[in-house]
Parts: sequence; structure tokens; C-alpha cells
Amino acid sequence: MSAPNKSFDPVEVEALKPEAVERALDEALAALAAAADLGALHEAEIAHAKDRSPLALANREIGALPPAAKAEAGKRVGQARAAVARAVAERRTVLEAERDARVLVEESVDVTLPWDRAPRGGRHPLTTLAERVGEVFSALGWEVTEGPEVEAEWMNFDALNISRDHPARSPQDTFFVRTPGVDPNDPTHTERDSLILRTQTSPVQIRTMLKRQPPLHMVCIGRTFRTDALDATHTPVFNQIEGLVVDEGIGMADLKGTLDHFVKAMFGAGLATRLRPNYFPFTEPSAELDLQCFVCHGASVGDPDHPCRTCSSEGWIELGGCGVVNPRVLVSAGIDPERYSGFAFGIGLERTLMFRHGIADMHDIVEGDIRFTLPFGVEI
Amino acid sequence: MRVPLSWLREYVDLPEGLTGRELAERLIPAGFEVETVHESGAGLTGPLVVGQVLEIEELTGFKKPIRYCQVQVGPEPADVRGIVCGARNFAVGDKIVAALPGAVLPGDFKIAARSTYDHVSDGMICSARELGLGEDHSGIIVLPTDVQVGADAIELLGIRDAVLDIAVTTDRGYCLSMRGMAREAAIVYGRTLRDPALLDVPAPTQGGYPVVLADPLGCDRFVARAVRGIDPLATSPLWLQRRIQLAGMRPISLIVDITNYVMLEIGQPLHAYDLGRLTGTITVRRAEAGEKLTTLDDAERALDPDDLLITDESGPIGLAGVMGGASTEVHAGTVDVLIEAAHFDPGSISRTARRHKLQSEASRRFERSVDPNAAAAAAQRAVDLLVLLGYGTAAPEVTVASTRPHAAAPIVIDAGLPGRVAGLAYPRETVVRRLQEVGCTVEGADRLSVTPPSWRPDLTDPNDLAEEVIRLEGYDRIPMRLPVAPRGRGLTLRQRLHRRVGHALADAGYVEVLNYPFVGDAEFDAMGVPADDARRDALALVNPISDEQPYLRTTLLPGLFATLRRNVGRGMTDVALFETGLVYQPRPGASAPPRLSVAHRPSDEELAVLEAALPDQPRHVAAVLTGARENAGWWGAGREATWADAVEAARTVAAACNAELTVDQAQYEPWHPGRCAVLSLDERIVGYAGELHPKVLEALGLPPRTCAMELNLDVLVPASEVPVTAELVSGFPLASVDVALVVSQEVPAADVESALVAGAGPLLEAIRLFDVYEGERIEQGTKSLAFALRLRAQDRTLKADEVAAVREAAVASATRHTGAVLRG
Ligand SMILES: [Zn+2]
Repeated sequence: MSAPNKSFDPVEVEALKPEAVERALDEALAALAAAADLGALHEAEIAHAKDRSPLALANREIGALPPAAKAEAGKRVGQARAAVARAVAERRTVLEAERDARVLVEESVDVTLPWDRAPRGGRHPLTTLAERVGEVFSALGWEVTEGPEVEAEWMNFDALNISRDHPARSPQDTFFVRTPGVDPNDPTHTERDSLILRTQTSPVQIRTMLKRQPPLHMVCIGRTFRTDALDATHTPVFNQIEGLVVDEGIGMADLKGTLDHFVKAMFGAGLATRLRPNYFPFTEPSAELDLQCFVCHGASVGDPDHPCRTCSSEGWIELGGCGVVNPRVLVSAGIDPERYSGFAFGIGLERTLMFRHGIADMHDIVEGDIRFTLPFGVEI
Repeated sequence: MRVPLSWLREYVDLPEGLTGRELAERLIPAGFEVETVHESGAGLTGPLVVGQVLEIEELTGFKKPIRYCQVQVGPEPADVRGIVCGARNFAVGDKIVAALPGAVLPGDFKIAARSTYDHVSDGMICSARELGLGEDHSGIIVLPTDVQVGADAIELLGIRDAVLDIAVTTDRGYCLSMRGMAREAAIVYGRTLRDPALLDVPAPTQGGYPVVLADPLGCDRFVARAVRGIDPLATSPLWLQRRIQLAGMRPISLIVDITNYVMLEIGQPLHAYDLGRLTGTITVRRAEAGEKLTTLDDAERALDPDDLLITDESGPIGLAGVMGGASTEVHAGTVDVLIEAAHFDPGSISRTARRHKLQSEASRRFERSVDPNAAAAAAQRAVDLLVLLGYGTAAPEVTVASTRPHAAAPIVIDAGLPGRVAGLAYPRETVVRRLQEVGCTVEGADRLSVTPPSWRPDLTDPNDLAEEVIRLEGYDRIPMRLPVAPRGRGLTLRQRLHRRVGHALADAGYVEVLNYPFVGDAEFDAMGVPADDARRDALALVNPISDEQPYLRTTLLPGLFATLRRNVGRGMTDVALFETGLVYQPRPGASAPPRLSVAHRPSDEELAVLEAALPDQPRHVAAVLTGARENAGWWGAGREATWADAVEAARTVAAACNAELTVDQAQYEPWHPGRCAVLSLDERIVGYAGELHPKVLEALGLPPRTCAMELNLDVLVPASEVPVTAELVSGFPLASVDVALVVSQEVPAADVESALVAGAGPLLEAIRLFDVYEGERIEQGTKSLAFALRLRAQDRTLKADEVAAVREAAVASATRHTGAVLRG
């Protein structure tokens, strides 16, 4: 910027002469009109409308004029610059419209082209189901617990009122870990117990009770082992959902309410559950939990023309066992049965998964074929 | 237990027209799992009548001998039909079963008059199989002489029946009998039971067959009754055969059928000895070492000192409660028998049955407890039937050897207990009535003194009595109530972390699998695991699923390798798998777990001893990958998975745990010796990652360049508990400098980087290795590593000379520690 110069004659400031301003304006408008695309417009704008343009430079000289001349010169230059700015905007509108109509069309691609550059992963549905079950009970304020898979017999059997002669305690049903000095085929002749692979998640009940006094509200979802051969509905390595509540005044009504809540969370509302008397050493009374068949809702019973594969036309599906904790179990775990009572349940996770997702064959769950697992994604 | 409805009706007046399915619907809520209801004779309609053969004309000239019979099928003289028959086991005068035209036999076999063998056959003479009464097709049914000609044979033979197959729970041994099931049916329908064990039984006498109970705990009662002069030609009547058959057993001979029939009826297993084959006093005792016994199935069995035996002076003559011996077996010529009705210890019987893999109808019942007070009645019932059907004579002597009376102790319960257990109040009268219905004696007002019946040894605790009341009142009547838990703390950090790890790996393209935890030597061998490696020190199973995989895994890799191979074998070329799960590491010197009491809580010391016997069971995470990590496509080339992806998978897991792993070069099986990273956290080894050894891949049948990683997740958990301290974010400008350093090839990049970091000091904001060059432009045996350093101060804009000083210091440190030379 030039410094103010009082002795300077304003008429002598060439750039502010009306002809000069008019010439600059004409040149600017011609250049803008000639801009063929947005790039050329941008250049023309820099040349004629921005800080280095003749009109902008002329504008700077106004300060050098004596006060009387400032107003007129300012108005002249200002009008010219406004006209240029308008012309820029008009030309931009035209050119943008042209670009939108032609150039973007030319740039279009096939967005249906596949993009599987990074292969997708997925979680096993048993894991995601286990997590979901854990959340259902966690939301009720229950503790989600865990325990060892290789267990001592006492935790898996004795403490649960399963006597030494119980058939489930033999190597026909239970995996025995080689343990020095113990012959599992001859339980009468040894002083010490064997290590085993837990046959149920119930030892986690015992561990929870040994650790703390009631009130106890816990669920454990974990791996269990029995010597079944792998077939369409059995696997030697499977998962159980174990629940336990011990508190004052707990009865079968609490068990029924809890199971109903769980079934609704897993299978949706509108399906009946029923408890059927059964026998387990660790609960008394004991019951089998049946869920109304969600495929036929019981309509297939006695209707040989419309058999149901899911429930074998029985109308009900066995989900697991449950009952009131046998007071003997409370005693083994150091809980006063006169004051406290409880309920427990054990439900097969694989069965729940098979029913919930229509899986016909256990092999699919066990084999780890990615074609089975991937469609489940990361949540179910 | 198979329960024929017609047989049940003998003891309970069930409603007229009751169907098997209706009965099942009532028994299921009472605790009896009815597996099937078999409608016997459902596919059969008459006319099916008793006929008498009047004449037989033998037809010859056919491929086999054929008979043309004149059969009287009704009371009128005109009711005679000509029927062609291929069987030969009958004579003129025999009474037979004739299906007349219009009848339909099982299998939709319609009977009509038809021409055959040059005669018109006006009906059919039936065999047992044709009527669905069994498998016997050796000849036609010959009926007893006293049946009425023309009578309805469907009725007579009991062809139409419903049989309920009931899975009796192990605590309800009494329901392995018609007597027990009839009691339950009577309760359900509110009718009276006619108890078949309520018989007139003569008192024990002197002079009966001598019996000694040498093991009073194993056998506390032994009733012996003799019946002499049985007609060896006498056979079981049809009704008896039919009932045994419907109950799922096979008719064999009159004597055996009677013992089975009484067992089915009363629940007391019986054994019949050929009296003439017994030698002296019967002693019930444990086996002695080295003793042997040939059982009824002709198997010679080496006996265990825990086996309870029936012996006479010749030696063992039976495995008590499980199976009789061959030497004293009844046979076709037996005329004198000794009936045994004994009571054995359930545990002993179950051990013997398991030990010898001999599950018999008798052992099944003894294992689940048999009513000790029904032994005498059962023996009497057998004697009565042998006299009635076998024309024998009952010996007047009655042997009852008994070591203790069977009187159950009363259980005292509060009348409100069943209501509290259920969560539903029952009136006192209901509680008392239900307990009486199952056979208990009940005394008292609010405190009830309840004495269970002799057939219910399972009723020992107050809750057992509560269950009887609750199940008979119906589980369906119990209301629903959701218990209120105290405020919870949600998932533990460890649980949340396990989830995060799973999600992180899935998001990174890995597919989760859950493998069986069984491994074998062959897998360790293929992995090149040395003989003295800790991973070989695995727990072994006594009874593995497969002898090839007797161990419990100490590493997740073998399972992942097998699953990867399966996927590749099924045509998948680009596979990335992961698993998280427990591995099992025996503790050195651990002893077997102690036997602890169940009468009270074990002490903390006892529990500590138990815990010490368990193996360590840390949770591991492992991954394997092969094929493309990035697919080729229209965007360009893909990228094969490399060792770096495996190390990155480990870093992904660590990042999910807020932990940063230190990576060092390592050599560890089954990895490639030059492409294996050991990953550690605070000097502790967490795991390994890299490309697998080519020899291992070949041995495992996996594609070349397959990569893997495995980490101990438990080590990472505590790391995530350390809270992150926030960095102060500087607003001053950034100064970037690059350095290229030439180092010897074997110097790890990580060492150069940490030396640069140490030398650069606090002004270093970040450092990143952005290029590695090996080639002609530098000396052979060296590599050039190019790092970008981002420098920034907290309190000022860095000046050019400060930046230069930091760069110089960083390079100097790298030179000092790794011999790095600034690349010109
Ligand atoms: Zn159904």
C-alpha cells in the first residue's frame, strides 16, 4: 500500500480515472464470460476479483486521495467491484450446473461392484448365545460365574448329593482323568478321589456357595463333558446354562417365574412352559423344564397327517432340569437349610441354540466349518 | 416299565373307555414320563373267532404240504367253513383262531374268501405273528381246550390293548411293577387300589431249606419256598404269555414265566433253582479272590471280592440280584424248584452289574430298591401259580432268613413345609391325604410325624415328602414369581475382556471355532514338540473318546490345525480361525483330591488341599490363517497372509486388553525358526506368533505358509486393570524429521526403534518405521530402516537447532546400541 501523500494530485492517480476503472471492469467481465469451466473461472476470479486484481489495487489507492475526492472514487471503484463479484457468482452458477449435468455423469461408477477385499470374520453362535444368556441374567442383578473344567469328584458329585454308587459316576458316563493311586473302575477300593472332566456346571454352584453366604443369585454358562459319542443330537463336549438362587423364602414359584422370564427372553413371548416332576439327586423336588413347541404350538399331537419334526409331535421340547436345591447340598456347602432355601436349573446351551436357530445336526455346531459360523456374524 | 392298560385294570377301577393316551396325560404331571403309548391291535378288526378243527384233508402235489380243514366257527351246525392252511402244528379237535372274510389283520391284510390250491378258502387260521401278538410264526395258535367255539378271539386273546412305556426315574423303584404303577393310577383317579402284594402269607417255619446270610448288609432278607412235583409238560397259559409279552419280555417256560410274571406284578425279582441240583445250605456272601461263576448266559465270570454271591456247598450258584448260575438252572425236566425272594443292597447290586456289564431285569430293580416287605408275598404268589398252573405241591416249610426288621424311621415335618417349598399354601388336610395316598402313616397336628411305607426307601428327608404333595397337587398350580436380586455389578472385567477379544478378532476377519480339548502324541509329533517340552506334560484320560487322543490339551493349536484342515479340505482356500478356551496344565507333584465329607462344609484347609490337586487351567487364545488376507479383485492384487498377520493378531488381542506386547525374535515349535516372534508383557512370555515350520505344515497336511499365534489370555487380564494416564495434548506446531539408518541384517527393527526413542527424549511425540530397504545400493548383509519422527514441545515452538539436536541424539543412541549408521 502506498503511503498517504498530501502533495500528490489525485487526478494524477491513473488507476482511479473513470476510463481506467471502466476498462478494468470490461476486461474482467470479458474474462469471466470466457471462462469455460470452473477451473478457468477460478483463475479469472483471481485475476479480476481477488486481492491482486486491477480493481482491488485501484481500491487501495483511494486512501491516498484528499477527503473531497475519496467519496466519488470510492463509489466508482466499489460499483465496478460489485459488478465483477456478481458476474463471478452468475458465471459459477452456470458452470456448476453444467458440471452437474455432464461431468458428474461422466464420472459415475458401478456401485454394485463387490468389495470383499478384507474377508469378514464371525463369532461362534454358541459363544454369542452364551453371552446373550449371561446378559439376560446380569440384567436381573445376577452374578455371571465361572469354574474349572477339570474338577474334583467331590465338587461334581458328592457335594451335589450324587452317591458313590450312582451310575453317572462311572467311566461309562464320566471322563476320568488319570489320577495317581485312583482306579475309577473300582471306587470302593481307593482312599482318594479322581480328577474328572465336570459332567455339569453344578460344581460352580457349590463353589459359589462355599465362597459366600446368601443371598446368592448366579448363572454359569460353561463347557461340560460326558462320554456320549458325537451324533446328530449329542456331543461329548457341550455347554450348560446353570442357574442358582439361594435366599430366605425361595420356592418353586420363584423357579417357575425365573424360567418363564428366561424362555421369553430367548424364544419370545407367547410360548407356554411346563414343569414335569423328575428326579435329580441335587434338587428336591425336581422337575423337567418343557417348552411348548414353537413350530407347531402343540398342534401336531395326535395328528399323524401333520407331524412335527421339532418336537417329534409331542408338543413339548425338553429344555433341561431344575428344582428346589436339596437341603443336603446346602449343608455340604455350609449354608443353613433351616434359614435358607434355593432353586437351581441346568439347561443345554446346544439344545437352546438348535431350537432357536433351526439347526438340525450337532455336527454343524461342532465341526467349525466357516460356512456354518459366518452367517451368524458377531451377535445373535 | 411297560404297563398294559388291561393289566392295570386288574388292580384299579379305571374309568370305562379310558384310552392309553388319556391315562398318559394324567400320569405325566404326576412324574411319569410316558415315552410311547402303543395301541396294540389297533390295526385289527374282526370277525376273529375261536374255531375247532373238524376234519383235515392233506393236499399233495404242491411245493409244500397243504391242509384243507373243515372248521366249526359258531354254535350252529351250519357254521362250518373250509379253510386252507399251510401250518402243521395242529390236529383234528384242536381249537384255533379263525379270521373270517371281512376281517382285517395288522398291516391292512384284508381277509376274503379266495381260491387257492384248487380249493376255496373261506377265512384264515392265524399264527401269533399274523395277529400282531409276537414274532412266533412257527405255527398257528392252538388254544386251550376249554374255550368256547365261536367266541370273539379279539377279546379272548386280549389283542386290543394300550401299552404305556414309562421311563421310571431312578428314585421310584417301586414303579418298576404293576403294583407301583397301579398305586399311582389309583391316586390320580381317586380310586382304591387292590394291592396284589396283600396276600395271606404263612408264617416262617422251621425245617425249610437252610439259608445263611453271611453278609448282613449285602443281603438282609432271604425267603425260600419249595414246590415239588411240577408237571414238566405244563406250559404257560395264553393270558400269562400275553401279559409278559406286552410288558416287553419273552415267554420262555412255565417256571421262568411265573417268576417273571410275579416280578412284573409285585416288583420283587425272583429266582427259581432246580431243587435237585442244589447242594446243601445256601449262603449269601461276598466272593473270594479267584472264585469263578458260569452264569445263565453261559459266560464264565471272574468274581471280584466286592461281588455279592449266592452259594451252596458246591460253590457260587448265582451273582446275587443280577443273574443266576448255570449249574442250578431250571430246565425242561425240572419237577422240584426252590423259589428265592431276597432283598439286596442296591449299591452292591449296581456295582456288580456295572463291573460285569450285566444289566438284567432283576438288577435294574434291585439297584433302584425293592420293597423288602413284599418278598414273602412275592414268593407266595409264585408258589400259588406253580401249584395252579404247574400242578405242583407247595412244601409247607417257609424259610425266612432275616438280619433286621425293615421299619422306616418317621420323618417329622411342619404341615406347612410343602407349601413353603412350592410357594403355594396347601391346607393341612391336603398334605395329610396326599402323604397317606402314597402309603405313609401320618400322625400329629401341625408337626406331622410321617412314616414312609416299606416300598419308598427314597422318602428320607422332609423335602422328599414335600415333593409327593406338590407333584400330586400339580406343578401347574404353582404360581410364578420372579425373585428380586440385590443390585448386581454386571460382568466382571475379565468377562468383558473375553468378549472384547472375541469381537476384536472377529472384526479383524477371524472366524471363531470351538474345538474338543482332546489331543494325542501324533499331533505333538507333527508339531515337532520336543520330548521334554512342558506341553507334552498333559493330563491323560482313563476313558478317552479315541485312543489316538488320550490327553487334555495344553495348547489350542492342535484343534485349530484340525479344523483348518477340515475347512481347507472342503474347498475353502482363505481361512482365518480363532479359538479361546481353557488349557490344562498339571501341577508338578500334585496328589489326588481328598475325599471330603458331605455332612458339613469342609474346612478351608480341606478345600485348599482339594484346589491344589486341580491342574492350572488358564484361558488361551489362538489363531491360524492361510491363503489370502486380502482378496484380489477389480481393485487390484490381493495379499497372502504372512507371519506379520499372525503377530498383528496377537497385537489385536493385546490392544483389546489395553496391553502392549513386546516382540522379540524366537525359535519355538511349531513355528518357522526364522519367522517366529515371542510376545511378552513386562518380561513375562505371553505367547508366540509367526509362520509355521514347513515340515510341520507338511506333517499336518496344511497349506504352505500357514501362520499361527497363541497367547495366554490370563496374563493379559491384569494389564487392562491399570488405568491409562492422560497425555497433555500440546497445541504447539509439529516438527517432522526422517532418518534412514543402515544396520546389520540380524539387528531387529524393534531394537533400533527403541534406541531411537531412548535417544530422542521427551520431545518425541511419535515414531514410525515407514520403509525397509535391502539391496544393491547398500552394503551386502545390511538393511536400511527409515523412520519418521514427530517432535513437539509442550510449551513452545521448536526451533530448527533444537530439532536438529534431537535428531542427532536419537541417531547417536541408535548407533551406540545397534551399530546403526546414518544412511548418506
Ligand atoms: Zn412341534
